[in-house]
Amino acid sequence: MKDPSQVIHDTTVRLLRKAATVLPKEIEEALKAAHARETDETAKTQFSAILTNIELAATGVPMCQDTGIMIFYVKVGDKFPFIGEIKESLAKATRKATADTPLRPNAVNPIVGGNSGDNTGKKIPWINWEIVSGDSLEITTFPKGGGSENVCILGMLKPGVGLAGVKKLVVDNAMSYMGKACAPNIIGVGIGGGSDIALKIAKQQLLRPLNDRHPEPEVAKIEAEIMDAINATGIGPMGLGGKTTVLGVKVDYAMRHPASLPVGVAIQCWAARKSTAIISKDLDVTYLTHPVEGK
Amino acid sequence: MTEYHLTTPISEEDARKLKVGDIVYVTGEHVYTARDEAHERALEMYEKGEKPPVDFEGSVVYHVGPVAWQKDGKWEIVSAGPTTSIRMELFEDEFLRKYKARIIIGKGGMGAKTLDALKEVGAVYCSFTGGCGALAAKGLKEVRAYLWDDLGMPEALWVITAEEFGPLLVTMDSHSKSIHDDMDRTVAARKADVYARIGIKE
Repeated sequence: MKDPSQVIHDTTVRLLRKAATVLPKEIEEALKAAHARETDETAKTQFSAILTNIELAATGVPMCQDTGIMIFYVKVGDKFPFIGEIKESLAKATRKATADTPLRPNAVNPIVGGNSGDNTGKKIPWINWEIVSGDSLEITTFPKGGGSENVCILGMLKPGVGLAGVKKLVVDNAMSYMGKACAPNIIGVGIGGGSDIALKIAKQQLLRPLNDRHPEPEVAKIEAEIMDAINATGIGPMGLGGKTTVLGVKVDYAMRHPASLPVGVAIQCWAARKSTAIISKDLDVTYLTHPVEGK
Repeated sequence: MTEYHLTTPISEEDARKLKVGDIVYVTGEHVYTARDEAHERALEMYEKGEKPPVDFEGSVVYHVGPVAWQKDGKWEIVSAGPTTSIRMELFEDEFLRKYKARIIIGKGGMGAKTLDALKEVGAVYCSFTGGCGALAAKGLKEVRAYLWDDLGMPEALWVITAEEFGPLLVTMDSHSKSIHDDMDRTVAARKADVYARIGIKE
């Protein structure tokens, strides 16, 4: 009989290492396509550095020295038998992956100062829990860099500004941070709900497949318009000029209060790292984003 | 656009030859990491008439907080892409005037105070592609010293031997040219078109 804590731990260590060192295929493909599309010499130079870096990193080196703050998205089946083992296993795996990969210690105490040195501490790793029906566990690691996090915003708009105001908020933000978030970026937008809900939805959008579109045509249209507008700015990779400023814009929404129009805007850098695995009730592991070779 | 392969220490004359758009690869022993706290400490030492543990003249100063580890008792840089340089705008001009570094490396560009100092001193600011930590580490061959380690791994002064470290894109030169300023103007000029695409008139 396998030890459930050990399986969750080992799976998560691999997820963390893979996330830091190997970009999901679709992101790499999008960066290659963008490189081919650019005609500007500076933009081409930026993309070829990024692509060389991706190749070097895949040998097991963190692609970016900012290996992020540790965030997990966990979907637990209501019939998954080992719910109680998850939280501690994720924290332990974070410590192990920090020492072994290595990852940069990025957990700092904001009150008394000091770096915990192992990427864990009060409320970190942060776990986003979702209970779903089923008997398996899905773990996504989502280590997020500080540069792109620093330009995420929340707009509490007046409902009267309408959807045009929502789009303007997102576009103005992009024109304000220029290349600072290591463009080309992926932008997640959450509309409605409330201040916390809008930001939560925004960040969740960064987990969507890069090439999907929102199933509702009205929302898909907003995604396409914002993407087209931001790519027309010419900000380009690293803000040094070019055609590709964003690789994707993902929007979703919740119902809003009549008096409120909250808009969360989450920014992701080109190093859009994530890694997902599913653990069955029998503790069989399937890696989705980073399959084990030969499987 | 010209490609240069420079060896440290870099002379004022060589630094003044560099123009925005040029690509530089750096080799040599005068490559130092410095973020906010190392800049502050170097300037404090100057004020007190003390000598820093390294000679910054002709050097390359890299805005980076690396991931490093010790292997067989020796420090190694694992991943070391640039951090956002604008934070150092507070003291880079004074640092340049006092210590005469010739190449500052970072990401995102710096402001008017630094641009003026680059002109006065004869130095350039180069952008290294953000997020490319593995690529940067390849050019940062050897750690010769881990100084000011009381500041912590990211903020310390790492003394490095570089080998063909690059490509570094000159984005601010000693002739008052800044690609970052040009980009601000380019984007501002396109604003009306950008807004039109989301149905907004200014």
